[in-house]
Amino acid sequence: MNLISMEGITKTFGQVVANKNIRFQVKTGEIHALLGENGAGKSTLVNMLSGIYTPDSGSIFINGKPVRLNSPRVAIDLGIGMIHQHFKLVDVMTARENILLGQKGTFFINTEKLTQKIAEFSARFQLDINLDKKVYDMSVGEKQTLEILKVLFRGARILILDEPTAVLTPQETRKLFRIMGKMKEEGCAVIFITHKMNEVLEVSDRITVLRKGETVKTVNTAETDTRELAELMVGHPVDLAIKRPDHPRGRVILQVDQLTVENEEQVEVLKKVSFDLAEGEILGVAGVAGSGQKELCEAIAGLQPIKEGTIIFKQESIVGLSPRQIITRGISMSFIPEDRLGMGLVASMDLVDNMILKDYQNQKGPLINRKPAVTKAKRIVEKLDISTPSVFHPIKELSGGNIQKVLVGRELESRPDLLITAYPVRGLDINVSYKIYELLNEEKKKGVAILYIGEDLDVLLELCDRILVLYSGRVNGILPAAKTTKEELGLLMTGGKGKLEEAEGA
Amino acid sequence: MLRIVKKAEMTKTKQIGIRILAVILALLTAALLIFAMDLNPLAVYGGMLKGAFGSAYRIREVVIEATSLTIASLGIAIAFRMQFWNIGGEGQILMGAFAATYFALHFPDLPAFFLLSTMIIAAMIGGGLWAMIPAFFKAQWKTNETIITLMMNYIALKWVMYLQFGPWKDPTALGFPKIPNFTANAILPKVFGVHIGWIFALILVFLVAVFLNHSKKGYEIAVLGESEQTALYAGINVKRTIITAVFWSGALCGLVGMIQASALNNTLSIEVSEGIGFTAIITTWLAALKPVVILLVSVLFAALVQGASYIQTAFGIPQAAAELLQGMILFFVLGSEFFIRYRFVLDRAPLGGLEEEMNK
Repeated sequence: MNLISMEGITKTFGQVVANKNIRFQVKTGEIHALLGENGAGKSTLVNMLSGIYTPDSGSIFINGKPVRLNSPRVAIDLGIGMIHQHFKLVDVMTARENILLGQKGTFFINTEKLTQKIAEFSARFQLDINLDKKVYDMSVGEKQTLEILKVLFRGARILILDEPTAVLTPQETRKLFRIMGKMKEEGCAVIFITHKMNEVLEVSDRITVLRKGETVKTVNTAETDTRELAELMVGHPVDLAIKRPDHPRGRVILQVDQLTVENEEQVEVLKKVSFDLAEGEILGVAGVAGSGQKELCEAIAGLQPIKEGTIIFKQESIVGLSPRQIITRGISMSFIPEDRLGMGLVASMDLVDNMILKDYQNQKGPLINRKPAVTKAKRIVEKLDISTPSVFHPIKELSGGNIQKVLVGRELESRPDLLITAYPVRGLDINVSYKIYELLNEEKKKGVAILYIGEDLDVLLELCDRILVLYSGRVNGILPAAKTTKEELGLLMTGGKGKLEEAEGA
Repeated sequence: MLRIVKKAEMTKTKQIGIRILAVILALLTAALLIFAMDLNPLAVYGGMLKGAFGSAYRIREVVIEATSLTIASLGIAIAFRMQFWNIGGEGQILMGAFAATYFALHFPDLPAFFLLSTMIIAAMIGGGLWAMIPAFFKAQWKTNETIITLMMNYIALKWVMYLQFGPWKDPTALGFPKIPNFTANAILPKVFGVHIGWIFALILVFLVAVFLNHSKKGYEIAVLGESEQTALYAGINVKRTIITAVFWSGALCGLVGMIQASALNNTLSIEVSEGIGFTAIITTWLAALKPVVILLVSVLFAALVQGASYIQTAFGIPQAAAELLQGMILFFVLGSEFFIRYRFVLDRAPLGGLEEEMNK
């Protein structure tokens, strides 16, 4: 029998149909992957399962009984637990306190008894965690383990993991998959949302593919492959190879030497970072989230005060120049933060006003002529296939992927000599991601130097010429991409020593 | 259980519909109050209209009131665009009036054109500088501008009070604490029976609209209002933009102070601002920070005020009741914004409520 059965689920937001007549069934003791491109309706669907949204029509059955999940509380009571992408943990509390937070029961908490119960749980699911460790001291992997333990402790038997591997190193991912396997053995159902196909194939039992809000197909993992899944997701056959055009390494355009940056709390977030970047080269930057990627981008773009070290761009030091001066020297930075709108775009403004953000100052006189920007916006909309009612539509009402296309499109249009791009495909669907890799390669062929901050190691390995690994603000190796492996990168990302290091700490 | 849920974006026509409905509901509710006072609501509402637009004189009064309100609202709008919550319009009006009065009292014999021009410039600089103080603090140390602009109102008020009771007290006023009246040279001339300020207001509506929507500075202000991070990223000089924008915000309020002192009071006093600095916050917000709409809202607001004051005498309604009517209309219109953004949802029982859905 099906543990969860969702039948004919439809959910609309205003004009947008997020889910249309969806059928989704999960059995006891299985890992069920929910696969689909961004905007395919995966999150909407599981949000209805965890009581955050209520469906417009359709029914949900748990253990064969119809339920109405109209608040997260109800979902939790029914044993449905969700692990969000952004962990819901209190930083200043210990693991134990986080688990016990919001427990029902008597006014006084019998900590000892509960601690024992927690210990039983962590033993049963092999979730080893130090209960007295504060959350702010934990790595991302540990936080995730804690989050899972918390949700299980609260009685969840159906676990929903929303893109859980996005922030993990390969080693941590492997560990997570082991935990998922253990949950399966214990008779839990695991719903695993992702758009990474290799992970799906590795860990799941069955896969349901969504496309444009509709169920395409549910397949048994054993009977499918990457090619079929990609085709199901996109709707037509796709070529999944990223090309790395051979381009002679030009003259060195950017030289970063002994760069040290402190954050507002006077903690060194970049420590003696040195590297160079040549024309026609893509230098990838790998690292666990928060290893100094943001600070590196911002330091080069002039947004971060620099404590020590030099940044030489075209034989000229750009340390201490204003962001404006750095833009005019031909350095473009597009940083896609997790919320996409934090920097780089203005949410309430339309596409046209966002186009002029970085070049309006080049116009003469005190007034702005928006006509060229209208043309530019229309061109980018067409080129990157951005779905928007018009170029005069506030971008905050577009979907995340489309917002991102606006940003990447604008940065590429600015014809920079050095393009710094951080997470440019975060949250984008396969087609557009590949389109962006293609565009980056085109820029490379034109001789643009590209600093590519990435998350997906497979992509870094295929796209970049060299890969710089950041580990807690230090350069822990710069490797030629063609001669390295994912495992080696993963090791370096977590502070280990690689064998192919080209520039040890230099 | 009743829950509040955010609505999807509404169409323009629907939004206008809700606002009109709010006015109608306000009038109906207020009608109950009028009934309770044994009066005919229709007659009273007619009276309000008559009081606002019933004669050339009354229309002129509305225009006078709307002029100051429009200019002050334009000033507030510039700061609000940057999400700098300038609650200090009152103080900026007072300091503008003070700066203008300084020249009116010390150079009373200058030719009118020069004296008035000087007064206008002085008032704008006075109001602008007064506003720049909190702006500087905000730019330098990220202080909370709401508190500081508000507190500076009281400083300005006490400063004018000090002048009125002390150094600038009119020696010929038989001990009465008042500042001497301006000479004729220091009083704004009239055009079509209303002081020339109304022409200023119309020109300023146009200028501020261009400034906010089509100038580089206006664009920078809007970007900065949205996100300081983005502004830095785009290479905008954040500190300079804050200070410039708030200077102009204060300068326009300062100009209102000059108009109030010169054209209406013919002197400086602690009553010179008439609460316009606060009222302008409401009108600006109602107009969604749009200059042309500000003009419209200011005229309607002025009409409401004039109408309410007329019915006091015409129907013998106490001032408090007239203000209550005014307040009700405002409350409904402002309250309707809530219904444009949110709606109420009634939750049914969490479990077992499925049958009825299936029957649908």
